[in-house]
Amino acid sequence: MKTGTDRVKRGMAEMQKGGVIMDVVNAEQARIAEEAGAVAVMALERVPSDIRAAGGVARMADPRIIEEVLNAVSIPVMAKARIGHIVEARVLEAMGVDYIDESEVLTPADEEYHLYKSDFTVPFVCGCRDLGEAARRIGEGASMLRTKGEPGTGNIVEAVRHMRKVNGQVRKVVGMNEDELMTEAKLLGAPFELLLEIKRLGHLPVVNFAAGGVATPADAALMMQLGADGVFVGSGIFKSENPAKFARAIVEATTHYQDYKLIAELSKDLGTPMKGIEISSLAPEARMQDRGW
Amino acid sequence: MVKIGVLALQGAVREHIRSVEECGAEGIAIKKVEELKEVDGLILPGGESTAMRRLIDKYNFMDALKEFAAEGKPMFGTCAGLILLAKNLVGHEPHIGVMDITVERNSFGRQVDSFEADLAIKDVADSFPAVFIRAPHIVEAGSEVEILSKHNDRIVAAREGQYLGCSFHPELTDNHDLTAYFVEMVKEVKAKQLV
Repeated sequence: MKTGTDRVKRGMAEMQKGGVIMDVVNAEQARIAEEAGAVAVMALERVPSDIRAAGGVARMADPRIIEEVLNAVSIPVMAKARIGHIVEARVLEAMGVDYIDESEVLTPADEEYHLYKSDFTVPFVCGCRDLGEAARRIGEGASMLRTKGEPGTGNIVEAVRHMRKVNGQVRKVVGMNEDELMTEAKLLGAPFELLLEIKRLGHLPVVNFAAGGVATPADAALMMQLGADGVFVGSGIFKSENPAKFARAIVEATTHYQDYKLIAELSKDLGTPMKGIEISSLAPEARMQDRGW
Repeated sequence: MVKIGVLALQGAVREHIRSVEECGAEGIAIKKVEELKEVDGLILPGGESTAMRRLIDKYNFMDALKEFAAEGKPMFGTCAGLILLAKNLVGHEPHIGVMDITVERNSFGRQVDSFEADLAIKDVADSFPAVFIRAPHIVEAGSEVEILSKHNDRIVAAREGQYLGCSFHPELTDNHDLTAYFVEMVKEVKAKQLV
């Protein structure tokens, strides 16, 4: 009997496919998310748009909040640790969190090294903007990927860019000859063996969700259409006027992402979505996606 | 060739379809109620049972699934799918409620306790690589239920006539023996119906 194997860690993410993972900041929100059909919740102290507004250093959430959420729902509970913060990650693992997001939404603890995630029993999800970054995180032991997007903006443009980029690069690798892959590995900064595996499989060896800027049911469906395995929704749900209705609408749009009549129906009267931020108006230091490498 | 549907509301759908096709049957993702009419057997995949239940209710799948069962067509539930099939759940109301078993959810612990183990499964394999992820187990089985496998004294695979259920995820490995066993169940039922 073996725990913490790649199959067990990656398999957990496979079970989340086609689903929506929602950011929550307390037990009540977690219950609303579960009731709406979320496949998991991300327990946080503040959603990304509030982290943006508050400024300063953003850290792992208060363990009290995480504990409250763990006790409130039967679906898996994820939590965020700062990039490279070994102890925050170990604390979350010790608390029994089901998945850790080594996240650029929090202020990085290490600007050079990410966590060596293979050392942990708990699985990790990490953000990526391109295949090189995706492959480096898998190389370190990430069991699930997500686009970085630009969190807390309510603007889908960066998540679209990252999803198209990764999937385009995967297609390119799959179409290349073996003798071209070492040069591609060098150019991408990706482990060679992983590119061989991607070529053999025809796809990434782990699931890749969309995250960072999903604000409407149509955004969620768009990301599924672009090849996302599922969707993370951060600030969008509990910043909306009717979170329960909004959460249900996102779940349904993700399941039936090609049923446009349905998406029209469930997009009606959702109230004002979050205002959103034009990416070019963000100061360079406010761009969360540039954290990590 | 028999056609086997995989309930495709959420979860590991693609892997089950691949496994069904490896066993020489046709695999179809079922997203709409009317698609159930096209298939001879149905797999309820792994995923999150609460999320699946919500979508089952939303799209009026429940009556159609119960009807499918009442027609005697084979159904195979893996992990969350096992939870959907069970007549009784510890601490929760049942879902489809057709297989005479009592199931406890997340009974091996949280994700850090998820594990792999080699199992002997009666009539299927002497050593089957089983992947348990936040897995449920069968606490009690009715008199008509045949126990196919146990792990640490807990029932983790069972069959009752047309129903097959397991706690683990056969779809996550390259071993298709358990899927092949289910494909045979579907073939037998279909052959009887043609007579």
